[in-house]
Amino acid sequence: MTSPQTVDDVVAALAEQDYLADEGLATAVFLALRLRRPLLLEGEAGVGKTEVARALAAWTGGELIRLQCYEGLDASQAVYEWDYSRQLLHLRAAEAAGALSAGGGAAGDGTTGSGATGDVAALEDELYDERFLVRRPLLRSLTATDGVPPVLLIDEVDRADDEFEAFLLEILSDFAVTVPELGTFRAEVPPVVVITSNRTRDVHDALKRRCLYHWVQHPDVDREVEILRVRAPHVPASLAADVARVAAELRDMGLYKPPGVAETLDWAEALVLVGVDDLDAEAMGVTIGALLKYREDQDRLRARGFGEVVGLLRGA
Amino acid sequence: MDDAPALTLDRHLVRFVEELRLAGLDVPPGSTLSFGRAVAEVGAGTRSGVYWSGRATLLRRPEDVAVYDRVFDHHWTGAPTGGWVPTREAPVTLVLDVADDDAPADGDDGDDGERDGDHLSVRWSRTEVLGAKDFAECSDEELAELHDLMGRLRLFGATRRHRRLRPAARRGRPDLRRTVRSALRTGGEPVRRAFAEPGVRPRRLVLLLDVSGSMEPYARALVRFLHAAMVGRRDVEAFALGTRLTRLTRQLATRDPDVALARAADEVADWSGGTRLGDGLRTFNDEWGVRGMARGATVVVLSDGWDRGEPEVMAEQMERLGRVAHRVVWVNPLKAAPGYAPLARGMAAALPHVDRFLEGHSLDSLRALVEVLREDGR
Repeated sequence: MTSPQTVDDVVAALAEQDYLADEGLATAVFLALRLRRPLLLEGEAGVGKTEVARALAAWTGGELIRLQCYEGLDASQAVYEWDYSRQLLHLRAAEAAGALSAGGGAAGDGTTGSGATGDVAALEDELYDERFLVRRPLLRSLTATDGVPPVLLIDEVDRADDEFEAFLLEILSDFAVTVPELGTFRAEVPPVVVITSNRTRDVHDALKRRCLYHWVQHPDVDREVEILRVRAPHVPASLAADVARVAAELRDMGLYKPPGVAETLDWAEALVLVGVDDLDAEAMGVTIGALLKYREDQDRLRARGFGEVVGLLRGA
Repeated sequence: MDDAPALTLDRHLVRFVEELRLAGLDVPPGSTLSFGRAVAEVGAGTRSGVYWSGRATLLRRPEDVAVYDRVFDHHWTGAPTGGWVPTREAPVTLVLDVADDDAPADGDDGDDGERDGDHLSVRWSRTEVLGAKDFAECSDEELAELHDLMGRLRLFGATRRHRRLRPAARRGRPDLRRTVRSALRTGGEPVRRAFAEPGVRPRRLVLLLDVSGSMEPYARALVRFLHAAMVGRRDVEAFALGTRLTRLTRQLATRDPDVALARAADEVADWSGGTRLGDGLRTFNDEWGVRGMARGATVVVLSDGWDRGEPEVMAEQMERLGRVAHRVVWVNPLKAAPGYAPLARGMAAALPHVDRFLEGHSLDSLRALVEVLREDGR
C-alpha cells in the first residue's frame, strides 16, 4: 500500500484524501516512498506543505507524528527525556522501602545503602528503565511496532538551529537512536519522513543531500478551483471560480504576502458565511481580512479598487 | 552527437548531469545515483517523468530551476543551446593583499637590516594614519593593507535569550535531570539540587551592502569587512544591494579572503550599476527578511543613501524592516564629510526608521561600528 506502482497511483491516492497534487509533487512523493528517502518540501507559507504529510498518513494508515521545530529545540524535546519527577518519586519510594527492611537502622540520616555500591548500580538500573522514558516524536517514529510505517512530519525545520540539523542528519541516515542507559533503538520499518521549510535560512546541504527535494508552488487557477471544490464542497462552483481567479490576480500584484491556498479557502468560507453568492465589491470589502493579512496589502488593493478587480472577472 | 542513439540510458543520464554541472549547478555524485534510481522507478517513458525525477533528486534550490529547465530542454529535446551557459560578466577584480610591494623599493635595495627596522616603524605609523584615511582616497596598496587590518575585526553584537538551558548555580529553574543523577550518588536522596537557566546566543547579524555606482570607492573595501564579519562568528548573512539583490552569504563563507572576494565579485552582476535601494530592500524584505531572516536580528545597511526610486518606497521598506528587526544600523560613508546632511532623498526617507546612524568611510569608523554593536550586546 505504501509502495505505489506509478506516479499516477500517488495522484489518485492523495486525491482520495482530498489532496490534489500536481505531477511534480506526486513524483517527489512517489520517489520518497519507493526509494525510502526523506522528502524535503520548501515553498511559500500556505501552499499546503504540511498538508502533504497529513494526506500521506491518512492514505497509508500510518500514524502522523509531528515535530514542530523552533529555536533551541534540543534532544530532550525531539528525541527522548527521562521522567524526572517520577524518577525522584521512585527514589523516595525505594528509600522508604529500604529503610523499612533495614529495620529502622540508620533511617533518616540519608546514609541508607551507603557502602553497598551494588545497591547504587541496582537503583540506577531501576531508574533508567523504559518505563521512565518519555518518548518524543523522533524516537516514537522509530519505535512504531504495528508494521505500518508512521509518517514523521518535521515541520519548519528552518526554525531550528544547525546543531539540531546535524542531529537530525544522524537519525535520518540510519533510522536509529542510541539512549546511553538503554541501548540503541532501530526502526523495524523506517518512517516516511516529510520535512518542510519556509526558507528563512538555508537548510544545510548535507541534510538536503539525503532528501528528495520539491519546491511547492501556488496552484494555477484551474487546480485551485478543484481544490476549493474538494475542500469546501458547500461553496458554489461559480463563487469558487471567482475566488480562485481573484487569488491568482492578487498573486500577480506583488503583495507582501500573496494569499496561499489556506487563505483562499478561508476567504471562500467567509464569503459563504456572510451569505454571498455573487462576488461583488462590497462583499470583497467586508471579507478581505480573510485573504490579506497585511494592512499595506489591503491598502494597495483598496487603492486599486475592489470594483476593478471584480470587474476583471466579469469582463473576462 | 553521432553516437547518441547507441548510448545507454545510464550514459544519457550521466551526460545530462555533466551538462548541468557545466551550466553551473552543484550536483554531488550521490545525487546522480539517486537520479538514476529515480528514473528507473518512475520510468523513462515520458519526458515529464524524467523531468520531475531530476527535479526531485538533482536540485536543492528553487533558483536552479531555470538553469535546469534550459539544460533539460537542450539535452532531451535537442533545443538550441541558446544561452544556457551562464553569461559571465566582465570579471571584476577586488584589490587583495598584494605581497609584491616592490614598486617603491625598486630604486634603493641597499642595506637590508637597517631598512627593515626603518620600514617597520614606518608601517606602524602608517597603520595609524591608514585607520583614519577615507577609503575613497586610498591607493590600491593602502587598500590591500586595510583589507589585512579589517580581517582582524571581530563582530559580536546583540544577544538574546536562548531556549536551551545551561547549568547555573542556585538560580533559575530546578534542573531535574542533574538532580536525579546526583541523587544516585547519595543513595537516592536528592541532597544536592541542581539548577539551570536560559543560555545566551548572539542575535543573527544581517549585512546589506550597497554596491551601486555612487558607493564604488567604498563598496570594494567594505566587502572585505563583510567577509571579516562572516569569518569571525556564525549566523551572519550578507547581501549586495544594486540594481538587484544578490545574496553573498555562501560566497563569503570561506576562510580564505582571496577566494571569498573573488567569488563575491563573480556573483554580483551589477557592481557600480544604478541605484534602486528601495526596490532592493523590498526584495530583501519579501524574499528573506520579513519571512524570518531579519526577525529579531541586528541589520546593518552599508550605503550612502542615494536612491533613484521613489522615497516612499524606501520609507515603507525601512519601516517594514524596522518592525521585524531587533535593531537597524545604517552605516553611511558620506556621513564623515564635513557639512554632510542626510539630504539624499532615500537617506532622508530611511532615517526615521534607523536606530543608529554611523560613519563608514574608514577603518576607524568600522572599528566604531564594531564597538557600537558590542555595546548593544550588553
